[in-house]
Amino acid sequence: MATTQDRVEELVPLPPGAIAEKYRSLRQDVWRQFKRHKGAVTGLIVLTIIVVATLFGPFIWPSDPFEINLEIVNQAPSLDHPFGTDNLGRDVLARTFIGGRISLSVGFAAMLFGTILGTAIGIISGFFKRLDGPLMRVTDLFLALPILPLLLVVIMLFREPLKDALGPEMGIFILVVFIIGVTSWMQTARIVRGDVLSIKEEEFVLAARSIGTKKRNLIMRHILPNTLSPVMVSAALGTAAAIITESALSFLGLGFPADFPTWGRLIFDGRNHMQINPMWVIGSGVMISLTVMSVNFIGDGLRDALDPKLRSI
Amino acid sequence: MGNYIIRRTLFAIPTLIAISLIIFAILDLAPGDPTSQLPLTLPEAVKEQIRESLGFNDPFIIKWVKWMQLMFINEPLNAIDSLFGTCIGDCEGRARIISWSSRAPAIDIIYQRLPQTLWVLGLAFLFGTLIAIPIGVISAYKQYSAFDNVGTFVTMIGYSVPTFFTGLLAIFIFSVWLRWFPSFYDTTHVVNWTSWDSIWKQIEQMIMPVSVLTLFNAAALSRFTRASVLDNLNEDYVRTARSKGLGENKVVITHVMRNSMIPVVTLIALSIPGIFAGAIITEQIFRINGLGALLITAIGQGDVPMVQTLTFIFAVLIVIFNLIADVTYGVLDPRIRYD
Repeated sequence: MATTQDRVEELVPLPPGAIAEKYRSLRQDVWRQFKRHKGAVTGLIVLTIIVVATLFGPFIWPSDPFEINLEIVNQAPSLDHPFGTDNLGRDVLARTFIGGRISLSVGFAAMLFGTILGTAIGIISGFFKRLDGPLMRVTDLFLALPILPLLLVVIMLFREPLKDALGPEMGIFILVVFIIGVTSWMQTARIVRGDVLSIKEEEFVLAARSIGTKKRNLIMRHILPNTLSPVMVSAALGTAAAIITESALSFLGLGFPADFPTWGRLIFDGRNHMQINPMWVIGSGVMISLTVMSVNFIGDGLRDALDPKLRSI
Repeated sequence: MGNYIIRRTLFAIPTLIAISLIIFAILDLAPGDPTSQLPLTLPEAVKEQIRESLGFNDPFIIKWVKWMQLMFINEPLNAIDSLFGTCIGDCEGRARIISWSSRAPAIDIIYQRLPQTLWVLGLAFLFGTLIAIPIGVISAYKQYSAFDNVGTFVTMIGYSVPTFFTGLLAIFIFSVWLRWFPSFYDTTHVVNWTSWDSIWKQIEQMIMPVSVLTLFNAAALSRFTRASVLDNLNEDYVRTARSKGLGENKVVITHVMRNSMIPVVTLIALSIPGIFAGAIITEQIFRINGLGALLITAIGQGDVPMVQTLTFIFAVLIVIFNLIADVTYGVLDPRIRYD
């Protein structure tokens, strides 16, 4: 028996591929909309290039970022050292690659930590009425804390003990990721809470409840997936903020120690040598700016793509 | 409304107490010692006496309550006295919060440093707002036009490039290369308003820090303005206004602007404390001797009372401006009802 679909096709001949166009999953839909946002696509490409460069750059440019050579101290950019050398004769290009690894991993790790914390708090607060009041008070309190001064104080206090306990690199990494995450979850929590409050009243949740779905499954299978789109947007913007915060801390001399270059630290170290070797600062500065800008564009694109008002077109 | 303001103000008090407790608890873990900046030849007994006199050996709760008394009672009284020349109670022997490193009352030092910060931040904030709102409105009104595309891209740059990089670039280009402006801010310069040279010197040294901060403030604000105006342009009331024959100017300025400025004004109020925090970085770049620089030095020296007081003042600013934002929202938008 001919289906309605067949009959329609008999009447209106469709070009090949048109049927496939018709049935799109949400994910395909979002991707299609995302692709239309030129800035977001450019951002995605640039970010991919930066990530690949920091991961594989050290293999293509095999100069040792930690090798001290006092014969070539403070050189201007040249063919041997495209970004010049620093005050201990280390190759700045190699240090910029390595610095990117640390900066990017701090950014992503802090974003992941903050997003998971914020989502968890938002869901608990929206789902369990009794915990809503206290948790939202805590959120308000965190929003009223002067974050940057406190970050500086906390780093000053715990840098040494953690360095002794976990080694200089790992200790500072965990400390920086932890404090950026702990101070950046509030917006996500508020957004998720609002979403959960409205999703909770939807009919599919009632249906799931009526067939005896356990609370844990109700949250994990039905509520959490429906809050993911705003979470993704705030996660993208959170990555940008985390990268900026980390480099600001390093710039104030309170991030990673000098032996472990991050982009912010390279700017901090290079700022007094700008006349001799400007690439020391500019290299890392441009990298931070490009990364943050592409992440912000991706966030913008995601927001547009996930907005059902725009997507239906 | 009045009722709401009173309730919110009363609610701010426990918030501030909780914040002061958090700040105090974090700082109490600090390995700071009020005698660490003194000469090493000083006998241990004398050092112990100094610690005792500053109340360093008291238990945590006692220190906190004492600090609260100084912060909430003595310092405000002192401020009133010095403002109006009065003398409430024991104004000579009143205890103050004493900085460990400079031995002067912390509030007095903050008061000395405040003008530098306020001048640079205040101007940057003012210019930022003045530039951002027209740009935001025009780019929204002419969405996807060349102006909008360029504007969106430039604001995205201003929003994404950290100030410590734009600041250093500005120093490199305009101070080192072109030699137009001085690379650091001379705080000892007292402006003599009768001498053009003296005024120009002040303007010259303020141009770079102010423009770097202006770019950053304007970027965030104009993005927000654009989004807010765009939201309103698609509303039904705009179509109604047009269909009854109102001119475009009237539609945009009296109808759309009025509605879309409500969240913008709120954002402006909310972002003021953040601007003070941003000063920490800007002052470090241009070597301005303001509040941010004071905080960094105090942290470096382990000057606990100073860090406490400054951080708490930042917190007070946040709470106050949150309150202002909420209240203006209610005043500007009659649809919001507080009960």
